[in-house]
Amino acid sequence: MTLELVCPAGTPSALRAAVEAGADAVYCGFRDETNARNFPGLNFSAEELHEGIRFAHRHGVRVLVAINTFMRAGIADAAADPWKIALACAEDAGADAVILADLAVLDHAATHHPGLRLHLSVQAAAATPEAIGFYAEAFGVKRVVLPRVLSVEEIAVLNQAIAVETEAFVFGGLCPMTEGRCALSSYATGRSPNLDGVCSPPEHVDYAQAPEGTTARLAGFAIDRFAPTQLAGYPTLCKGSFVAGGKTSHLFEDPVSLNAAGLVARLAKAGVTALKIEGRQRGKGYVAEVVRTFRAVVEAVETGRDPVEAERRLSSLVEGGRQTSGAYRKQWR
Amino acid sequence: MNRIGLTLGPLLFNWSAERLRGFYEGVARHSAFDRVHLGEVVCGKRMPFSDRVWPELIGMLEDAGKEVVLSTLALPATPRERRSVLEICRDGHLVEINDLTGLPVRTGLPFVVGPLVNVYSEGAARFLAARGAQTICMPVELSLASIGAIAAACRDVEIEVFAFGRLPLALSSRCYHARLHGLHKDSCQFVCERDPDGIDVETLEGQPFLAANGIQTLSHGVHAFCPTPAEAAAARIRRLRLSPHSTDMVIAGDIYRAVLDGVTTPAQALARLRELRLPGELVDGYARGAAGCSPAAP
Repeated sequence: MTLELVCPAGTPSALRAAVEAGADAVYCGFRDETNARNFPGLNFSAEELHEGIRFAHRHGVRVLVAINTFMRAGIADAAADPWKIALACAEDAGADAVILADLAVLDHAATHHPGLRLHLSVQAAAATPEAIGFYAEAFGVKRVVLPRVLSVEEIAVLNQAIAVETEAFVFGGLCPMTEGRCALSSYATGRSPNLDGVCSPPEHVDYAQAPEGTTARLAGFAIDRFAPTQLAGYPTLCKGSFVAGGKTSHLFEDPVSLNAAGLVARLAKAGVTALKIEGRQRGKGYVAEVVRTFRAVVEAVETGRDPVEAERRLSSLVEGGRQTSGAYRKQWR
Repeated sequence: MNRIGLTLGPLLFNWSAERLRGFYEGVARHSAFDRVHLGEVVCGKRMPFSDRVWPELIGMLEDAGKEVVLSTLALPATPRERRSVLEICRDGHLVEINDLTGLPVRTGLPFVVGPLVNVYSEGAARFLAARGAQTICMPVELSLASIGAIAAACRDVEIEVFAFGRLPLALSSRCYHARLHGLHKDSCQFVCERDPDGIDVETLEGQPFLAANGIQTLSHGVHAFCPTPAEAAAARIRRLRLSPHSTDMVIAGDIYRAVLDGVTTPAQALARLRELRLPGELVDGYARGAAGCSPAAP
């Protein structure tokens, strides 16, 4: 049993940090709306990708390029289509695979870049054997990044029913909504993951300070309120505090991050090929620490040792200090 | 030019069998809808109750001259839910896929693509058309400009636009109705049946914002896209979809029929919609390429 550790690289320096810390593969995206982490100061130019891939390959590490947003309608000039350009650039740079979500992008890749290995992004939300089988048959997809709607038991059953590899998120930011099927951000701000590669974008964020505390707003909507002694968190829409049925609560999800380190052995047994760490928006120091620690978890699990020490270190790296195992445990639902 | 069709989309909420019968009886007898969707889209746990009602409603609506489309689950997960999607997709009726689970068995037969399937560009629409998509209801986020571009490139597909109702914004495997009531999805006690339009979600400052409906999150605002016949024709829109709510949907259908036929203006249509008992204020930002919550013209 060997588990592949797939690690985030939001910048060239994070890529080098992940490679040196023990990643088996890193994933990254171009500096535009073709990837789902289209934030200022992140991502790669074509030249940076070339260089990053050369560096990773010298260390025996694979590079996966996320082109996982949805192609825009009305692009008159195909030669200027950012998604088509991104596919060509990824192939040209020697990417080991591209991570795609959109039918149009998948169709273009399968037709015009038959040499590219295709992975299905979590944004495609393919959670059934039938849907995954369709992507494999229609486009030759070799691996699916599992939507975060499945329990470990369901992943085990699914892996019995499909012929492609699966990759499961184990650490980092967590969407309670099915990714690729959420328009909450564009409802409030006009910009969304599917259309723009952003969620709850920073230009719509506002913190209003008052004696009783700080209100964090997104496009004018109060998303959460923090006491003067509390550190005000980022107003990610689905992690906000809302009022429904007379109750105030974090209705959709508490401000928590995913930490499934304790489930690695069970995920491996369920037939998962690769473990994915979220965090392309994080700095190289964080990436190095998380990758190094997860490498220790994987090695402990693979040699039958108890990974408890490494798990404890990971708990301290969780954003905001609060963690969940998400949908992997059925009670989450 | 062909008349623009009027679709009554699938009911997204958990209504009792009795309420379903009464509602669709009215739709069959008096409404302007030429196409009506039946079937559970949101939660497989509701199906044992509603599945008993659909067969009689299909017959009743077809006898009244309505075209019936069978809608399928948006997030099938359990073996029973997947089986149900596949069975419906093998049916002789026109079906709506809301996830790609049903696509392999339906390929080659005509089908409708629901707004919860991501068709954001000409390429995606063409891909599905080649597999049998007859009607594609565009994702709610898309602007009228994008819809027009897709429709112009895919003239053999009927382009439908979500034109009335709370916007279906997100899906989850977690049930928010259950979570709100301190329950888990597996033992939810069907608390969602208490809220015929979903439960209102407000901000901490009391601003209406969203609505929860089981595993689905909708807008609090009621989207209202009322084009003139010329605007609809220019964007090559062939159908408008109205999403069922507890308000009088027969009247809502009449309002849209009148505006599509050029009998009333969009402003008059919006004014008449505002006279209905709606669960939220009218919004229409998405159609204009703005935030979805932007209010419709006063």
